[in-house]
Amino acid sequence: MKFRSVFDVIGPVMIGPSSSHTAGAARIGRVARTLFGRQPEWARIHLYGSFAETYKGHSSDVAIIGGLLDYDTFDERIKTAFSEAEKVGLTYEFIPEEEEMDHPNTAKIVIGDSKSVMELTGISIGGGKMEVVNLNGFPLRLSGNYPALLVVHEDRAGLIASVSNALARQDVNIAHMEVGRKEKGKMALMVIEVDQIIDDSIIQELKVLPHIIQIATIAD
Amino acid sequence: MKVLFRSVKELVALAESQNKPISEIMIDQEMSITRRSREDIIAQMDNNLTVMEEAVERGLKGVESVSGLTGGDAVLIKNYMESGKSLSGDVILDAVSKAVATNEVNAAMGTICATPTAGAAGIVPGTLFAVKNKLNPTREQMINYLFTSGAFGFVVANNASISGAAGGCQAETGSAGSMAAAAIVEMAGGTPQQSAEGFSIVMKNMLGLVCDPVAGLVEVPCVKRNAMGAAKALVGADMALAGVVSRIPTDEVIEAMHKIGQAMPSSLRETAKGGLAATPTGKALEAKIFGGARVTSASPTE
Repeated sequence: MKFRSVFDVIGPVMIGPSSSHTAGAARIGRVARTLFGRQPEWARIHLYGSFAETYKGHSSDVAIIGGLLDYDTFDERIKTAFSEAEKVGLTYEFIPEEEEMDHPNTAKIVIGDSKSVMELTGISIGGGKMEVVNLNGFPLRLSGNYPALLVVHEDRAGLIASVSNALARQDVNIAHMEVGRKEKGKMALMVIEVDQIIDDSIIQELKVLPHIIQIATIAD
Repeated sequence: MKVLFRSVKELVALAESQNKPISEIMIDQEMSITRRSREDIIAQMDNNLTVMEEAVERGLKGVESVSGLTGGDAVLIKNYMESGKSLSGDVILDAVSKAVATNEVNAAMGTICATPTAGAAGIVPGTLFAVKNKLNPTREQMINYLFTSGAFGFVVANNASISGAAGGCQAETGSAGSMAAAAIVEMAGGTPQQSAEGFSIVMKNMLGLVCDPVAGLVEVPCVKRNAMGAAKALVGADMALAGVVSRIPTDEVIEAMHKIGQAMPSSLRETAKGGLAATPTGKALEAKIFGGARVTSASPTE
């Protein structure tokens, strides 16, 4: 089931004009911001397919910047995101690409500050729903059918067990899980799709575990 | 976690066997799937209803879109209706003006609630606030209207599509109009089966509708398709309440919509490459708005 909640159909509450090109775009930006963990200082955004062709008319660019400023789909400040970005010192660049991607609405967001750089590719699949397909070179296969947890962590023994134990304590069932790393002993990524809506208490419980760098959720 | 219904047939059977309205089955399923409390779920829908009310109110005062392509028609229709000269009837024209109001606010980057998408966001609230004046529902009944719309939309979204890029406009305003018809029937006191009949009657008249937005914007013809979607929803609901039934069962109508969407060429699925978008005037408008080219070269920070 791609749509699980009545609020996938009667919702989201959002700033217009397009659920896929505006709300979905804002959500891709916001997941990138959440995973980065703080306000980035610069952003380079590559747009593909329909995003590249229609981003100005749909204000997809403003919406992505709004997401990078941590605004939700209904936040009025999305409309003035460009000037808000200037206030917090976020510089940005949009690059419409000719290259064909698997999905018509694809955005690759590269963000960073003096400490680090992060790269995330997201697709907007309709009705405001989005999926992350790549994070820092880790290809993700997030189906988007379930709420998901993305856990960036240090590559240490026992960490996967402690995360899954924490989820079990909260009575959260794992539907699908993937683990990946680029280099032994360095940064790794867990992608966990679950059956239940992920509430704050679950995130708080995971955050206090050792060696966790960052946690982000992708709502259903 | 348990899914209570996956088809309209199952939805209606549940409502009949438990002697509950469809809205109540939707709330039961939401509680079952998300494990949220009933109060929490109803509060969120109440909030969505408030967003819809505010959007209509704003649109009826007159707005203009960023591109300048749309805006102001809701006011024209409302004034005409109030002049007493309306031929199609006040409830229909009221729904039409409120549907248009919502979509004009959407095109002007205002706040709306997607039902089921932003492009089709006018129909469910437009019809709701029009029948409100006739049926005088309680706040709870208005919230239930949204749950009933959502129950039918849930089946369409999972068994077919609610995306114009995937299934054309029949998947967006077609779904919205059909969902609204089902909800109108319940609010007017019809049976769950009559809601399904209203849904089918409207959807059958939306089949084949393509998604061909001028310049790729959610404006032309989207705003007017919401207007007609609202009108069809009211007529379809009235037909179902009169006792008219669909010869083709609802789930088969939804399946037909899905297959028609798959057979549509991509030029007619939200790419702005066919239909009205490809007319001489459609192309001229596109050139005017985007300065002749939608694909621009690398643009530096603006």
